[in-house]
Amino acid sequence: MAKTIAPNNVAKSNRKWITGYSIIGLLLFITYQFLLPWEGLPLGIYDAIYRWMPPSAINESLVYIIMALGLNIVVGYAGLLDLGYVAFWAIGGYCAGWFMSEFFYFLNINFLGSVPAEAPGIHINFWMVLLIGGFVCGVFGILIGAPTLRLKSDYLALVTLGFGEIIPQVFFNGENFFGYNISNGTKGIVGVDPIPVGVKNLGPFDFGWKLLIFLLLTAVMVFISLRLRRGRLGRAWLAIREDELAASMMGVPLMRTKLAAYAVGAFAGGLGGVAFATHVNGVYAERFNFTISIFLLAMVVLGGMGNVWGVILGAFILSWVNGNGLTAFGQLYNEQFGTDIDFASFTFLLFGLVLIFMMLFKREGLLPESRLKLMLHEDELDQIDASSKSGDK
Amino acid sequence: MAKVSESKKFTGTPGQLRRQRIEQSGAIVISLLMSVWMLVNLVKAPEQFVQVAISGLRNGLIYALIALGYTLVYGIIELINFAHGDLFMLSAVFSSFFITYWIGADQSNPKGWLAFASCLVAVMIFGAVVNVLIERLAYRRLRNAPRLAPLITAVGMSFLLNFIGLKWNGSTPRQWPTVIPSGDIYIGEIRISLITLWLFLIGLPLLLALNYLVTNTKQGKAMRATSQDKDASTLMGINVNKTIAFTFALGGAMAGAAGLLYQQSIGTTSYNLGFQLGLIAFTSAVLGGIGNLWGAVVGGLLIGLIQGLNDGLPYAFGQAWSQSVVFAILIIILVFRPAGLLGKSVTEKV
Repeated sequence: MAKTIAPNNVAKSNRKWITGYSIIGLLLFITYQFLLPWEGLPLGIYDAIYRWMPPSAINESLVYIIMALGLNIVVGYAGLLDLGYVAFWAIGGYCAGWFMSEFFYFLNINFLGSVPAEAPGIHINFWMVLLIGGFVCGVFGILIGAPTLRLKSDYLALVTLGFGEIIPQVFFNGENFFGYNISNGTKGIVGVDPIPVGVKNLGPFDFGWKLLIFLLLTAVMVFISLRLRRGRLGRAWLAIREDELAASMMGVPLMRTKLAAYAVGAFAGGLGGVAFATHVNGVYAERFNFTISIFLLAMVVLGGMGNVWGVILGAFILSWVNGNGLTAFGQLYNEQFGTDIDFASFTFLLFGLVLIFMMLFKREGLLPESRLKLMLHEDELDQIDASSKSGDK
Repeated sequence: MAKVSESKKFTGTPGQLRRQRIEQSGAIVISLLMSVWMLVNLVKAPEQFVQVAISGLRNGLIYALIALGYTLVYGIIELINFAHGDLFMLSAVFSSFFITYWIGADQSNPKGWLAFASCLVAVMIFGAVVNVLIERLAYRRLRNAPRLAPLITAVGMSFLLNFIGLKWNGSTPRQWPTVIPSGDIYIGEIRISLITLWLFLIGLPLLLALNYLVTNTKQGKAMRATSQDKDASTLMGINVNKTIAFTFALGGAMAGAAGLLYQQSIGTTSYNLGFQLGLIAFTSAVLGGIGNLWGAVVGGLLIGLIQGLNDGLPYAFGQAWSQSVVFAILIIILVFRPAGLLGKSVTEKV
């Protein structure tokens, strides 16, 4: 009897992370919500935190982590290269802009919103907008994927890149989109509703509490990623990633499985987009450019495609470097040596080198996933195979 | 009954037939729409039409030169060389510095022509060397790796070149003097700038020379053999590494020439030029049929034409939507006819 309820690996390893994650999250939250405003804090620590990791930077990197986790499902799990992920970020962001601001000033719709009922515009509750953003992006993911997923891998990458250019341009020129103003164009939508959490509304400067909310969203994405990875769909993704033909012979429905990867990945993009809109308190069209797509891809590649924890690490490192680390380091360096080097301009170099060197020397990333590692080094294994065979003769 | 069905010529599986029907009907609908659009505009403003068509074709020539680099490389190692557009950008910056600073020519006189001629040679060598270096340092090591690895490396390379361009050219666009005469000639009411003429006078021989090199020389034969089967060509005594390096050199030289022509005709360089133009050029290569030399040329001219018409005609989306139009073409082509206009669709064998 005892044998039949033997420890189930799936359930066990799927829950273990929650404790560790909660502890780290709680520590971060306490640091930023209670320790930083505390007057007894030594000035040195206060300065160090503000220089190296200010509250807004950590929130921003969490938003990047959410989106990198979404991209990881498309690139890491299903092995489909997506170079236009920024499109989903833009759509999610504009969902927040449309449904949580005074943008449609001629309307007056308020559904559990966090502003007074008489305020003009559409005001829907943040948590619902999250879902709306996610699902709208999911639908867009399917719309983009449906006609194109039949293509070979690098053609697919190009089509996603095309959409990643077209959709932001639609928003960029959106001030006059066939006579309608859908996005306010380059001016952007300024001012997004605060996040209601029952007792209070979180505005743009409630970093500590919003950190908690972003941590929660990240946890949801981690949960989704891990659960899906273990399930039927996740195994189908891995099969497609490793050998599409073999997978289809084994009865994996290629189109449906790939579309599912696209939809789930896009859903995360939508979550990230809405979260980012509340983080910067607005939606700005010029932010959504190709560099962001590559930036997210670099995060996934650096951390380790397919490994959730690797992706989180990669996303954290790169968003920190890009957002705060490089400028902070540059300041320190310039002060120390009396130089005047513009370190922020080195991001291109840094990201280029990360992508190249990771691909050349450590294709599987910082925290590799064992299956992917085998797959990515197939060529070397073949060589070893061949040389050992010829040695036998 | 059985005899009849046997004697019926086999044209493809039901799936292939359906695909063919989709392709044909899609092609008919799209070309009908296009011709209606062009006709309406031609009737509305005939002179303007010819004018923008000519300037569109001029850009198209530059796209074609860049597209050749994509198509050569894709033809031989099946890699979308994302860094190619940035190589073009670097070449444009190189030409600007070469002509303006290193030689010091700033107007159209004998010295200017001398600078232009020497720069054409120098920039082609520059493009070839950089491209070969990229291949040697990065892509060669990844030749047998899974497809995703070289593609991501190419994206990284593109960022690296972008960085060099940023440091070399500066973060803002720069205006340069040109050495090609900038007068106009008139044919009836239509104005054609001399720059356009010179561009075609320089660009077309380059295209013909490349075509000759690939189709009529021993090295070209080696390239074609390598693109068909690397192992078999090794057995036939072809040095595959050298052939691939040569292909990269050819593509780089074409990008170099395109950089010079672009810099001389537009007069401005900026560090993020390569990304947009590279993508447009790649679209041209795909439109014509990737791996097909004349396909790249036809695709480039066609994309340039469509873009020019879209930007300049009264009934069109206008310049703000220029990129979207190009990418929409890319997506439509990839969905309906991935093999391109001049390409043959090949069924993948296992």
